[in-house]
Amino acid sequence: MSLDILLQHLANGISQGSLYALIAIGYTMVYGILRLINFAHGEIFMMATYFAFFGIATFGMPWYVVFILAILLTGLLGMSAERVAYRPLRDAPKISILISAIGVSYLIQNLAIVLFSGRPKAFPQIEFFTRMFTVGNVRIQALTIVIPIVTAVLLAVLIYLINHTKNGIAMRAVAKDHETAKLMGIDVNKTIALTFGIGSMLAAVGGIMWGLKFPNILPTMGIMPGLKCFIAAVLGGIGSISGAVIGGFILGLGEILLVAFFQNLTGYRDAFAFVLLILILLFKPTGIMGEKISEKV
Amino acid sequence: MLKIKDLVVAYGGIEALKGISLEVNENKIITLVGANGAGKSTTLRSIVGLVKPKQGSIEFEGKNLLSIQTKDLVRMGITLVPEGRRVFANLTVLENLKLGAFYRKDEKEIKKDMDWVYELFPRLKERTWQTAGTLSGGEQQMLAIGRALMSKPKLLMMDEPSLGLAPIIVKELFEIIKGIHKQGVTILLIEQNANAALHIADQGYIMETGRITLTGTGRELLVNEDVKKAYLGESVHK
Repeated sequence: MSLDILLQHLANGISQGSLYALIAIGYTMVYGILRLINFAHGEIFMMATYFAFFGIATFGMPWYVVFILAILLTGLLGMSAERVAYRPLRDAPKISILISAIGVSYLIQNLAIVLFSGRPKAFPQIEFFTRMFTVGNVRIQALTIVIPIVTAVLLAVLIYLINHTKNGIAMRAVAKDHETAKLMGIDVNKTIALTFGIGSMLAAVGGIMWGLKFPNILPTMGIMPGLKCFIAAVLGGIGSISGAVIGGFILGLGEILLVAFFQNLTGYRDAFAFVLLILILLFKPTGIMGEKISEKV
Repeated sequence: MLKIKDLVVAYGGIEALKGISLEVNENKIITLVGANGAGKSTTLRSIVGLVKPKQGSIEFEGKNLLSIQTKDLVRMGITLVPEGRRVFANLTVLENLKLGAFYRKDEKEIKKDMDWVYELFPRLKERTWQTAGTLSGGEQQMLAIGRALMSKPKLLMMDEPSLGLAPIIVKELFEIIKGIHKQGVTILLIEQNANAALHIADQGYIMETGRITLTGTGRELLVNEDVKKAYLGESVHK
């Protein structure tokens, strides 16, 4: 393999990893604050692509307006799911809320099939992203560069938000201890809603860029990325944001490079994530950045 | 200031509080003494709305507390230092203190209170940037109290602050509680360490299995024969 081709694969892997990272953050944030695996996260991601699709294809609005609207709508969708399906179960056993999450996932997916039909739609191609660049001997699509940049910027904003703003400190406090957070005067419900909003908006950015990269969109398109990003979050150590990012990149790069180096394994691309999941659960169940979870006394 | 009347709290079918009444007057130190399972923590948890009582009333400055959510209590001037400190171990000392002032917007006053807390607990100042989880038990207790003070409370409630601390630190702690009281903060103190608590209390209540069995000034209770036998151990007052 020549260096140029390797660089091309690396660029693809980084861009794929960025997408996984963006979606994995949603899993990890929600888990951090509620100890819940939000199985509807993949469907939230899927809905974002459809919002963007309809905005451009049906309403003919400019893409940058559509993207912002789609991101906001997806944030609202995530917050509504929490309000309707998770909040009433806050004091119920963890398993109930988990089942509720699976319910929301199927509900959104099937609703999308009914409303948008099960046939694939073609995500509009936007010239700004599809342009090809030639760097040395490497030909690269603008999107491949845009994705990691957008991801890096959003990550920086997210980290600032969590570490240096009042709401961010509140989020970390709620993640640690709901009761004591309430005693501090923190509105726990609002803080959880905010977490869902942020996680969903990041998934929306991931979803829109996914649509640009793989323009064939389907109501079931959220399942596989959803599962893989969940794996990425577990791999990195669920509950840890940096872990989710690292997990996302390992998964993205791993997948692309696996196929690049072992072409006869192409069919096993999806299996890579699951093998990784089994390995991590066997050898380091808390994940790469995961802390040892001590039971509350 | 705080009035509890005929409070009944049940967990499942078991009554943890069987109709207790007590009163906390402004600018006093009130203490609630009793053994494990007497219902002391349950009393505090009902005041802050973390437990829903079956019967009875809780009033603070004439307002019914039972209809107020936990998160809004701190705005009324009530704060609780919970049992077991419950500092946010993943946050720094500074962030913990800032959370105590979460609802407040008066940055200047917050800064002043922060200085006051650091003055009360110089050890916290040295550890501003450490995460709370790395502090020792005594330091965590100080942080929990400091965090509560950051809300500028009128009524400061403390659930067994001396639990698990070395005697010398307990002594220091009670001196600090007296100091806080001198600043005009009313204190409701729950303790198993009856001796230390009754020494600083204006008024004491003795609790046994969900009932208040005895009340009096701190001094009265310290010399009461029943209290001596049950909580103080004769040796203390040789």
